[in-house]
Amino acid sequence: MTNELDIFVGNTTLIDEDVYRLWLDGYSVNDAVALRVRSGILEQTGATAAVLQSDTMDHYRTFHMLERLLHAPPKLLHQLIFQIPPSRQALLIERYYAFDEAFVREVLGKKLSKGTKKDLDDISTKTGITLKSCRRQFDNFKRVFKVVEEMRGSLVDNIQQHFLLSDRLARDYAAIVFFANNRFETGKKKLQYLSFGDFAFCAELMIQNWTLGAVDSQVDDMDVDLDKEFLQDLKELKVLVADKDLLDLHKSLVCTALRGKLGVFSEMEANFKNLSRGLVNVAAKLTHNKDVRDLFVDLVEKFVEPCRSDHWALNDVRLFLNQYSASVHSLDGFRHQALWDRYMGTLRGCLLRLYHD
Amino acid sequence: MPGKLKVKIVAGRHLPVMDRASDLTDAFVEVKFGNTTFKTDVYLKSLNPQWNSEWFKFEVDDEDLQDEPLQITVLDHDTYSANDAIGKVYIDIDPLLYSEAATVISGWFPIYDTIHGIRGEINVVVKVDLFNDLNRFRQSSCGVKFFCTTSIPKCYRAVIIHGFVEELVVNEDPEYQWIDRIRTPRASNEARQRLISLMSGELQRKIGLKVLEMRGNAVVGYLQCFDLEGESGLVVRAIGTACTLDKLSSPAAFLPACNSPSKDMKESPLVHPPSHGCRSTHNSPIHTATGSRLTQNFSVSVPTLIYTGMGSGSAGKEGGPFKALLRQQTQSALEQRGGSPHRFCRRREFPFFTLTAFPPGFLVHVGGVVSARSVKLLDRIHNPDEPETRDAWWAEIRQEIKSHAKALGCHAVVGYSESTSICEEVCILSASGTAAVLNPRFLQDGTVESCLEQRLEENLPAGCGFCHIPYDELNMPFPAHLTYCYNCRKQKVPDVLFTTIDLPIDATVIGKGCLIQARLCRLKKKAQAEANATAISNLLPFMEYEVHTQLMNKLKLKGMNALFGLRIQITVGENMLMGLASATGVYLAALPTPGGIQIAGKTPNDGSYEQHVSHMQKKINDTIAKNKELYEINPPEISEEIIGSPIPEPRQRSRLLRSQSESSDEVTELDLSHGKKDAFVLEIDDTDAMEDVHSLLTDVPPPSGFYSCNTEIMPGINNWTSEIQMFTSVRVIRLSSLNLTNQALNKNFNDLCENLLKSLYFKLRSMIPCCLCHVNFTVSLPEDELIQVTVTAVAITFDKNQALQTTKTQVEKSLQRASTDNEELLQFPLELCSDSLPSHPFPPAKEHLESASSNSGIPAAQRATSVDYSSFADRCSSWIELIKLKAQTIRRGSIKTTVTVEKASPMSEGNFRNRSAPPCANSTVGVVKMTPLSFIPGAKITKYLGIINMFFIRETTSLREEGGVSGFLHAFVAEVFAMVRAHVAALGGNAVVSYIMKQCVFMENPNKNQAQCLINVSGDAVIFVRESELEVVSSQPPTANCQSSCPGGDVTT
Repeated sequence: MTNELDIFVGNTTLIDEDVYRLWLDGYSVNDAVALRVRSGILEQTGATAAVLQSDTMDHYRTFHMLERLLHAPPKLLHQLIFQIPPSRQALLIERYYAFDEAFVREVLGKKLSKGTKKDLDDISTKTGITLKSCRRQFDNFKRVFKVVEEMRGSLVDNIQQHFLLSDRLARDYAAIVFFANNRFETGKKKLQYLSFGDFAFCAELMIQNWTLGAVDSQVDDMDVDLDKEFLQDLKELKVLVADKDLLDLHKSLVCTALRGKLGVFSEMEANFKNLSRGLVNVAAKLTHNKDVRDLFVDLVEKFVEPCRSDHWALNDVRLFLNQYSASVHSLDGFRHQALWDRYMGTLRGCLLRLYHD
Repeated sequence: MPGKLKVKIVAGRHLPVMDRASDLTDAFVEVKFGNTTFKTDVYLKSLNPQWNSEWFKFEVDDEDLQDEPLQITVLDHDTYSANDAIGKVYIDIDPLLYSEAATVISGWFPIYDTIHGIRGEINVVVKVDLFNDLNRFRQSSCGVKFFCTTSIPKCYRAVIIHGFVEELVVNEDPEYQWIDRIRTPRASNEARQRLISLMSGELQRKIGLKVLEMRGNAVVGYLQCFDLEGESGLVVRAIGTACTLDKLSSPAAFLPACNSPSKDMKESPLVHPPSHGCRSTHNSPIHTATGSRLTQNFSVSVPTLIYTGMGSGSAGKEGGPFKALLRQQTQSALEQRGGSPHRFCRRREFPFFTLTAFPPGFLVHVGGVVSARSVKLLDRIHNPDEPETRDAWWAEIRQEIKSHAKALGCHAVVGYSESTSICEEVCILSASGTAAVLNPRFLQDGTVESCLEQRLEENLPAGCGFCHIPYDELNMPFPAHLTYCYNCRKQKVPDVLFTTIDLPIDATVIGKGCLIQARLCRLKKKAQAEANATAISNLLPFMEYEVHTQLMNKLKLKGMNALFGLRIQITVGENMLMGLASATGVYLAALPTPGGIQIAGKTPNDGSYEQHVSHMQKKINDTIAKNKELYEINPPEISEEIIGSPIPEPRQRSRLLRSQSESSDEVTELDLSHGKKDAFVLEIDDTDAMEDVHSLLTDVPPPSGFYSCNTEIMPGINNWTSEIQMFTSVRVIRLSSLNLTNQALNKNFNDLCENLLKSLYFKLRSMIPCCLCHVNFTVSLPEDELIQVTVTAVAITFDKNQALQTTKTQVEKSLQRASTDNEELLQFPLELCSDSLPSHPFPPAKEHLESASSNSGIPAAQRATSVDYSSFADRCSSWIELIKLKAQTIRRGSIKTTVTVEKASPMSEGNFRNRSAPPCANSTVGVVKMTPLSFIPGAKITKYLGIINMFFIRETTSLREEGGVSGFLHAFVAEVFAMVRAHVAALGGNAVVSYIMKQCVFMENPNKNQAQCLINVSGDAVIFVRESELEVVSSQPPTANCQSSCPGGDVTT
């Protein structure tokens, strides 16, 4: 006796959160059943393994049918086939678009292309996330990217409107889209200590200040592409390190202000020129796409690592960066104050976030 | 020109991509009614077209309005090749034809394609302008309301219940026409869908005409079915109960008048003959094939059992029922010989009622279940004038049912239904109902012929009157064991009562009810034509008998004494017959306590065998005791030796000690108490019988917190909350074809049903405490080794706390009863009556309650006073000592507690509602509830919008890609639900009540990667308002806030 066909359809679609999670995590029906058995559900309910198998199959089928709608969440709200209470709809969507930290760190900044998709096997092996789940997450990134890529208006708003995500998740996706579009390198070994949250934080600052949308909210791609003109202009900052007088003046201003306030004052004083050169050179290089991609590598190499090797406390970094940016306003020979603020304001925020172990 | 139909196509959304190149669609819409077609403009390159069309106007006869569906086809425009169909929407405009229902149909409808399923949605507005028609000889019956609900709909009052209406129409099945060989599956499916839609429209119109002739204005309990007879055609048949209904809000409140159909016939003989004499279909769009295409050339009538109180006494394998069966067989054989089919034809009115619940006072006595089956051979007949038709077949069966009812001393049959099972060319026609005596106030002369005895004139005691036997005690139609009613002590009652109706609301029930199923398979040799039919008809009586025995055993095992909602389905397959009987067992206070089951071995000398038998006996006794506890059956212990005396014997104390429910370990004692007549003896004389006993014990009770029944309401639960979840579950198992035996088959089938139930309990575990109501199992045998079981039911949550309270009162009651002395015995009936009131699971309306209370209050008082004190005193001396031994601490006091708890219940109900408000309750506009019940818990139905009757076919040629058979059917069932909901929403409704999936025919051919499924559903579209919202309207400020958040109590997880 074998069950040839076995279905259960409720007028209100039954959603079992636990099974949904197992499905999202990419477990096969059999694995899911085994995991559920291990959770002790049989003892709690007095059910048999066959019942569990049938139940799991049913839920998996439902999720499979729902998946098509989840690809365009507004459809889930308007479709007539599954009667699902709004709170459950929101849960389905939010969970479907949720991603694993381990996974997102692997693909952040990579081109969301077929090539990357082929690497998912390796990512799966490396992270221990099932390939199926990796694919779902990757496809989610790609889908969101495709939809909002060339859209006018705020990136976060667009994502929220088209995918009905919570504010927090929409911001994360904005970061993913922004990184994917600008192809920032995040996978280098020296960047491994950084979390997705660190990058997302930086992405948000950069979107707010460095993109086209920061100056004009009526252009296409406004939040996705960096403001090319701005990047070109950044070359002008070079004078801060090229002009020796300016550099010395800058250093003395900073040192005067920070004397006695910094735990690592002598190290700072000794390193000032290197640090300043590093930060300004990063800015000057941003005209080349390749160097844009290496932004985070450069920041870590040129600023985070030197400071860390001298054991700067985070507060010291904060004081230094504040003073370092502010002092430029007192440099009479320097004419690009606004440009400096736009650059350094964001960079300061990013560096503070990036500065940890 | 009686009507103008106006249609507007507004917009589409989520259309499929029809042009791969552009990933877009150039959609337009064809609107067709009858032979007229309109088209919208093509809306270029969009998946969400906005047509915003003009009003398309169709000027049509109201007859066409009733028959024809509005057909909307969405197409993709293609400049070079033929336009591609995206899908269709059929809209039944019948609800717009009567004034009280919907006025406009407007909303989003899923666009359905029989190959691809739902493909986007379309927004349509439909209106009808009806002109007054003065033509007396019209063929239409606009204005007659139809209800699937098998009781008087909630916001109506029955002025007159006229009686049975039936009709059938026949056509060739498009699937089997020659043209089907050259057309696409899609065209064939669509032809079929359209034809069935047309036929149901026609059928409904004709039934409506009959109702108008009877001077009725509505059909209640309308049940329409399709018989897919394959080569021989397609039959659409319907039965219902004609009524004159009055909207409750209307001030007219005259007493129920009486108007019988036969009286009508006498008055207007000129009107009647056309519809009765011939059923040909003039003016029908499909009249070519009607009525004469099909016939029998072979028929075996299988008269069947009358299920009532038999089975008590020592009913071994040779027991009473079988004799009754034989008797019936001879009797009806005689009848068959006596009358030619012509005589049966339509001359007789059948006093049948498809209702299962009745207005108070309508049902006087219930005799028992009557059923009849007949095996017919389907054959395409080439002589169109052949008089033998489906009508004659059914008339024959109805005649038989009628005579069975008569044998039970009943003049009417209630809870009547008809069904068929078809396999190849063999067809089993079945009809069943409950023989009953009805109140002459509702039905006067005509149908009531001889059986109306003086019994009817006396004032009926509420709560037990329907249990009293309607037949003559001295001339019983079958061996039965009668006792005096345990409630009123004046009339005789059988020891067991089987019925097909719902539990009457005024019935006094002890404890809770439960679903009881009898399951049975019988192998049969493959055979052709007559040989096959004969084989089947030879098997049928044995199956009926065995099903009955199983039901009886299981009922006793549950410690109960009555079955309600009994539905026995016999399904025929190529090489087997399946029987599935479902019913809800209850303990009726009016009937005697059921005896236990006693096992007797054949070889008493064998020691080990003896031990085995006693072990089994103990197991059975334990089960009975456990069940009694589980279902809270604590009947008052009253002696059973009261035949011939209205006075209770004082021996209940000693009997209580001996009865097995109290002391299961005293096996020897049990023999004493059950040896005489109240034990049910099972003889284990071979392995078969052993299996039977084992299978009795394999039925697992539902997990705690779950109850199930197949009736509308669960006896003993009266605190429903608003969360409901209707569902359909389908399972198909493949039997291993090797060496199938009856036993293995039975086990497989039993496991299938039990596992299915277990799965349901597991799936719905988040709703605990809850009750599965209206559990409806359907069995079919789609292929040789396949068994398909389809279940539709609704899970309703109830409040555990209140349930505990009721248990407490019950415990108190039983305590009180345990300490019963003679005075309290006298009060007992009175108390029971007042108890029964609050236990109405759903007090339908205030006025109902009041009338019910006055009904039950008065007779109870009468009873209390009518007890014969003098004879009572005579007996006192014999048992007064026993009573002295009993502690009498709790007596009147306990009565008081009972009352206070009941008084408190409405308040705690209010409390509960507040708690139940779901955290995320926002009034979701689109939610449409579906339920097989006639009501929605915690809500009031304010308007009936019309009947929903839909038929869908789905086919696939890419079964694997759609997730195999399960994926395919899962999607289809979900789509069917969606289409039902969309239609209800478009009518302005928010629920479907009395929803039923009448057919789910599934066929697969995995080798060809193909599958096909047909589903037929129906129900009543309604608007309901939450009681909490009603309360808000009627100004209850403190509760208003929390209760307004109640709607949207939807099932999740």
